[in-house]
Amino acid sequence: MTALTDRAVVRLRVDIIACDGRGLCAEALPELITLDDWGFPIIDRRAIPPRLLADARETARACPKLALRLDREGRGKP
Amino acid sequence: MRGTAGLSSGIAASGAIALPGTLPRLLPPAGAAAAVSLPGHLARYGPPPAGLGRPQRDSLIAEVDRAGLTGRGGAGYPTARKLAAVAAGRSPVVVANGTEGEPASAKDKALMARSPHLVLDGAVLAAEMVGAREVVIVAHRAARRVIDDAVAERGRAALDRVRIKVRTAADRFVAGEASAVVHWIERGVPAPKASPPRLSERGLHGAPTLVQNVETLAHLALIARYGAAWFRSVGTPAEPGSMLVTVLGAVREPAVLEIAIGTGIGQVLDQAGGPTAPLQALLLGGYFGDWVPAAAAMSRPFSSAGLADLGAGPGAGLIAALPADACGLRETARVVRYLAGESAGQCGPCRFGLDAIAGQVEQLADGSGTDPGLLWRWLAQVDGRGGCAHPSGVVRLIRSSLRTFSGEQRRHAPGWCSGTASVLPVPPGRAR
Repeated sequence: MTALTDRAVVRLRVDIIACDGRGLCAEALPELITLDDWGFPIIDRRAIPPRLLADARETARACPKLALRLDREGRGKP
Repeated sequence: MRGTAGLSSGIAASGAIALPGTLPRLLPPAGAAAAVSLPGHLARYGPPPAGLGRPQRDSLIAEVDRAGLTGRGGAGYPTARKLAAVAAGRSPVVVANGTEGEPASAKDKALMARSPHLVLDGAVLAAEMVGAREVVIVAHRAARRVIDDAVAERGRAALDRVRIKVRTAADRFVAGEASAVVHWIERGVPAPKASPPRLSERGLHGAPTLVQNVETLAHLALIARYGAAWFRSVGTPAEPGSMLVTVLGAVREPAVLEIAIGTGIGQVLDQAGGPTAPLQALLLGGYFGDWVPAAAAMSRPFSSAGLADLGAGPGAGLIAALPADACGLRETARVVRYLAGESAGQCGPCRFGLDAIAGQVEQLADGSGTDPGLLWRWLAQVDGRGGCAHPSGVVRLIRSSLRTFSGEQRRHAPGWCSGTASVLPVPPGRAR
């Protein structure tokens, strides 16, 4: 179980059309999300390090516009 | 092979057009100004292959693949790959994209207005290739009547087995983006939609959708008749075929021309009557394209390979000639302000970022001083961050202007400017 999860590559993605720039995500997950000069999230598109996976999932759930997603590539659960 | 046999008989049956290596292919020969009628169209090209069964469809897609046809709307995506992706879905539809929202470009309007049946042939054949029963032609308002007349003419001749609908395109820059075309047909909203899903999976009303530029479809109609080898008899091995180009600016006869891909840029300008003045730069590809110094570009082939090391490409076929007595920074600022106003306003970085960036470029142009560090920072922040390519396209244009007009930037600092001649068209009064 753990091995499968580790093998999946998971990335953050923002639906920039849905996003209205409240900025909660950058506060919750500054390791992977910063804000541009107008308050909209700039997402680190590299694979999410395993130690941040739970935080990333929680941050996506907390987005008031449901604009933040986790994309999974390969096998395993995000 | 059955498909290929049909293709060679198409060559034998047709008239002058089938000679390999001759141009124009898509446009009527010089002099003919009115739209080509259905009888004229059939006399020139012969009938399109009809009644395609499954094996012929697949072999036609393979033929388009061998031809190496790529999208002529600017992105250059391989057409066969798109056809195959849509053909794999259930109950697909085909959309012929004749929006041409770019104010400087005229090639799709010219094609629809002069060779409407070739576009319609291509749309119908694409529908047959992917198994669609309906095509929607989205035509710029300037070409709407000609397309309507041509569709009626085909209806009377009972030529097509698929239903053809026609819509007038939205008159906005972003309206030509593929998902915006679908959005416009569905709901009258000329704004891009979020991706994924891809249009080839879930497009118009949820159906797998092939959105193809009208020029691409016209080429496809000829590949279906004459085959890949014929198509490849002009152009370069890596970028085969012909393409339509819009030549404007400081040339004697601004025009839409059909050229073999890879034709020297100087030759293309000569076909448009030659320069009217010494040229300092060319804008290549479109408003999402690149400024390049005229001296460096003139001897280059108009192709991706020929322009790659200049950081440019043929894009949607625009060549705009900037004379020495014009200011490239002013031209860029005017176009960038227009493009910022043409943001669909859906994505924050595009809506707010382009407006801020346009202000910086305007200050650069009018010599009121600017902070180059801030401009570069904003360009980096906005690049790649839209739901569509709009902000990235604007960033590309600005970066190329900063590269190409570095001398002009230096002149502006103490208050000089090369001139005010204006070349690039921008529709009036479209401020948001």
